[in-house]
Formats: sequence, structure tokens, C-alpha cells
Amino acid sequence: MLKNYFKIAIAVLKRRKFFTFISLFGISFTLAIIILVATFLDYVLSAGYPDTNRNRELYVSHMQLNSSKNHSQYNGGPSFYFINRYVTTLKTPEKIAIFSNSSATNSYTNNKKKVNNLRYTNDKFWDVLQFSFTAGKPYGKQQLDNAEKVAVISEETSEAYFTDDAAAVGKYIETDNVQYRIIGVVKSLPFSSNVYADMWVPYTLTKEDLKNTGLMGGYSAILLMSSKDDLDKTRDEYDQMVSKVPMQDKQFDQMFTFADSYFESFIRSMHLAEGTNSGMGIFLSFAGIIVLLFLLLPTLNLVNLNISRIIDRSSEIGVRKAFGASSKTLVYQFVIENLILTFLGGILGVVLSFVIIQVANSSNIMPNMVLSINFNVLFVTLLACVVFGLLSGVYPAWRMSRMHVVTALKAQ
Amino acid sequence: MIRLQNIEKVYRTNTVETMALNSISLNVAKGEFLSIMGPSGCGKSTLLNIIGLLDAPSKGEIKIDDQKTDHMSDKQLANFRNKKLGFIFQSYHLINDLKVLDNVELPLLYRTSSGSERKKLASAALEKVGLSNRVKHFPTQLSGGQKQRVAIARAIVGNPEIILADEPTGNLDSAMGNEIMDILQYLNTTEGATIIMVTHDENMAKRTHRLVRLFDGSQVQ
Repeated sequence: MLKNYFKIAIAVLKRRKFFTFISLFGISFTLAIIILVATFLDYVLSAGYPDTNRNRELYVSHMQLNSSKNHSQYNGGPSFYFINRYVTTLKTPEKIAIFSNSSATNSYTNNKKKVNNLRYTNDKFWDVLQFSFTAGKPYGKQQLDNAEKVAVISEETSEAYFTDDAAAVGKYIETDNVQYRIIGVVKSLPFSSNVYADMWVPYTLTKEDLKNTGLMGGYSAILLMSSKDDLDKTRDEYDQMVSKVPMQDKQFDQMFTFADSYFESFIRSMHLAEGTNSGMGIFLSFAGIIVLLFLLLPTLNLVNLNISRIIDRSSEIGVRKAFGASSKTLVYQFVIENLILTFLGGILGVVLSFVIIQVANSSNIMPNMVLSINFNVLFVTLLACVVFGLLSGVYPAWRMSRMHVVTALKAQ
Repeated sequence: MIRLQNIEKVYRTNTVETMALNSISLNVAKGEFLSIMGPSGCGKSTLLNIIGLLDAPSKGEIKIDDQKTDHMSDKQLANFRNKKLGFIFQSYHLINDLKVLDNVELPLLYRTSSGSERKKLASAALEKVGLSNRVKHFPTQLSGGQKQRVAIARAIVGNPEIILADEPTGNLDSAMGNEIMDILQYLNTTEGATIIMVTHDENMAKRTHRLVRLFDGSQVQ
């Protein structure tokens, strides 16, 4: 029976080539967009170089201070003081990486000027994150404590100034009027990485006053657990720690900060969070509505095309009913035919998105970003095809099944 | 085999009420070849559609093989038609996107037959109508007479007890029309099929066992 439906589906597609082209183009284009967005999100949110331990990490990157009296709010990141004084007291995490927001600095080496993104970090930063060193090594606790002017640079930065990475180690790079000795070169990071920079230096070299006891500032922490089973325990421990932190600024009486998963932290960066609400619900609802609207337009178009196709096939519907097809059987047949069409469109969409991804990767639109379609993305595509096929097939099929046999047979 | 009692069919619109059939009572015995004649618009096709369970009467009772059909669900009716009835239409109503063999096996798709069984039965049906050499053709590649023979093969492939033919020779010339009648007579006399045929042609009607005439929705003969 399925083979028969497949034959009919292909024959119907061949019958009206222009409409088939429009349908397939609409489906494949829509699905290509879905694949590209899913691929990009998967790339950004999944564990990747150098943050490969996301499944056993929590992120402290946001803080909100509220005043319940005058309803004012202050949003930002935690300060170095808050992380160093309070977060590092947590017992459950195995290691804690501390790093600043990146800042653009002007660097001069070998009479060449380059704008480099620079981050200040602690020594554990290099243990928590899995950087790949092409030359040299990271700075350690001793260099941190001694405030040695050392730096780790990216391969890209190294290539801008030196002949090769090994040649860079031991040389100096000047930035913001400070000379740093290069002690390590790492494989360049994708621009989307949460720790992206061109240079990393010990936080003890910052010009910022680290003794400032304000709770908010420009730092973040990554808490690495020995096992993902410790994540909930760490969250609880973090919440308890926060409840005991005294408010420094009398203007505010509430503090909200959380140890989040990477995805939660990503959502918070969109400023959808309010108090204890991470904003996940708003984000997912909003994303769901956007996806629905995005799918709705081609779906409605396909519904229209399907209805006109069904009118063309009235005689066939009448004959099938006359010879024993129930309404349910006919609905099933037409939904299957529509699913075949959407799957064909899906295959074309995968091919189209594959081509676009190859072009994007080779054009280096986002530095060091290498997108690829993986199993998760293919699964999302398959799901989208099924949803698309069902949404655009069920209503026309239902309309068709209600057609009176005699009326259908009279149509030519 | 088929019993119709006081069948009425009324078509209603917002402004007009049309009595298409008026108290028709009819018995058709097993193995009978019955023709229904009458002027255009007298209700012949409406009557045939009601006998074929393609349409429901406004009033009256239908019994086929001692089974009442008025309370059957859509699925039950579809199943009943599939097992007991075969249809031949004036315009053939073949599916142009399918080859001849696929057209003929169509009724068997709604049974629990395997693919090989369907092909075997469809081939046998085509042999009976003399079209074994056209199995891989499409309907658009056939003449009118050949199309009607394919339609007959489709109607008989499931071995239905009753064949309903709505002007089967209406679109054919007399020579082809006679060929089609030969096949129908063969099915009736040799295979024992009960056939009810709507026709305009007196000559075709003379080749059947009995004639029923309708006029303005009523039976006059």
C-alpha cells in the first residue's frame, strides 16, 4: 500500500511541475533556515573548544541588585571581590576559573599595531578550560602571585606578529603601554566562545582596584565539578552562600545571583531574567512563537496548494471511496503523500544548508568558527519535516475525506 | 439479493425541493442482469448510486444480502462496497497517474492482500477482459473501449457479487459498446455476477434479463 502511495505521490508531483517547484522550494528554504539556526545554536551552546566540560560545569556570570522600596534595579556581572571572597569558598567544585570580560587594547609589536581582545584570569583558568597549546605553556600560581608580566596569546595573534608560534614564546608584546613576555601560544578560539580573546594575562596585572568591595563588576567564574552528579549540590551550596553575603550598597536590599548551566547563563545574558526567574520560560515561549510563525507562512501556502491539488483529484477520491476506501484511509493516504513531499523538501533543505555552511566556513564570516551539521541538528530537521508535513497535510486531507462520493465522481 | 422498499430521494436547497426518486420499490434476484432506462434527469443514476451505497436515500430501506445498510458507519459502508460491489462508470474514472495493472488492483488495496496476491488477481482480471498485453500502459495510452475494459477488470478484481454499471457504453461507438456488453454478459452467465446497468440504449437493454423504466423519479415499468 505504501509503495502505491509513493507512486501516486511522485506522479502527482510530476503532473504540475511548477507548483511542485514552488512547494519544494518553500519547504527546502524554510528547512534550510531552521537547519542553519539549529546548527548555529548547537555550535554556540554545545561543549566545544576550549570549554569541553560543560556537562559538569556551572557558570557565575550575572548579578542583579534590586531595591524593593524604590523598585530600582542594577544588572551586570559579579565583581572580582565577590568571586574571590565568596565563590571560591565553595567546597563542592573541584576547581574554579575566574576571568574578566574582554577589553579591546591596542598592541604594538615589531612596529605593527593590532587591536587585541584581552582578558585577565586566574591560574585555575587553564585547568578548567582545555586550551590546546601550540607552543609554550600557561602561567601558574607563582607567576600570578608575583604579578609577573606574562601573557598567553592566540595563534592568530602570534601569526600577526611572528614567523611561527615557537618563535613567539619568549618575545614581548606591548599593549596599553605594558610589555608582556609571551609564555604560551594557544589554538585560536571561535569568536562565539564565552572566553574568546587574543591575549590572556594574570588578573594581578589589572589596573582595576581588586580590593574594591563592591559586589558587581566585570568578572565571571566557571565552577568545574568532578562529576555532573555534583551540579545540584553545588547550586544549593551556592544559594546558601549567597544568602549570607552582606549587602554592601545600602541603596539595594536584594541580590540575585545564581550558579547556572551554560544555557541558563546564555538566557540571562539576554536580560530576560527577573529576580529568581532565569527568563528561560520567556525565552522558550518567545522562541516557540517565532518558530511557529516562521513555519506558519510556508505551511499556509502549502495548505492552499494541497487544497487545489485535492480539487484536481476529486475523481480519484470518488473512485477510491467507491471501491472501499474509508475517509480515515484517504486522510492517511494524503498525509503520507504530503510527508513524502516534505521529506523531499527536507533532503533538499539539508543539501542547501550544507552548501551555505561550507561557504560560511570558508569565508570566515565569524573568525575561527567551523559549523557542521550533526545528529542533533538532523533530528531537529526530521522533526520539523514531520511537523510541517502533518500541519500542511491534515487539514486538506480532512477536507478531502468529507467530499461526498457522488459529488467527487461528477467532477472531471 | 437486493431489496429496495419505498426509496425516496429529495434534494433540498434554500429555495427549492426536488424529488429525484419517488417511492421506488425493487427486488433484484441473485444472478439477474437488470437494466434501468429513462429520459435524462429521471433519477436512473441517483437510483444506481443509492443501490451502490454511494448515496443515502431520504426515506426507505435497502437490503443487500439480507443486510440493512441504513445504520452502517462510513467505515462499514466502505468495507461493504469493497467486498460486495463493483462499479463501472460512463467516464471510466481511471487514475491516469497509475499504470493499468495498478488501476485494476485498486480495490484490493483496501483488503489485507499482499502485493504479489494483488498483482496475481489483477492480472487474472485483465486476462478475462482481454487486456493482458496492456498491463504497463497508462490510461492515456488506451482507446475508449480499452479504458472501459480496464474499468471492468477493476470492478471484478475483488470478485464482487454485484456489479453496478452506469452507462458503460455511453462514450463508446456501437462496435465497442457491443464488445463491452459481451464481457458483461459473460460475467453474468458464466461467473454468475448480478449486474444492474443504467443505459440509454434500447439495444443494450434488450440483451439483459429485465428492464425497469423510470420517469420523473417514479417507476413506470
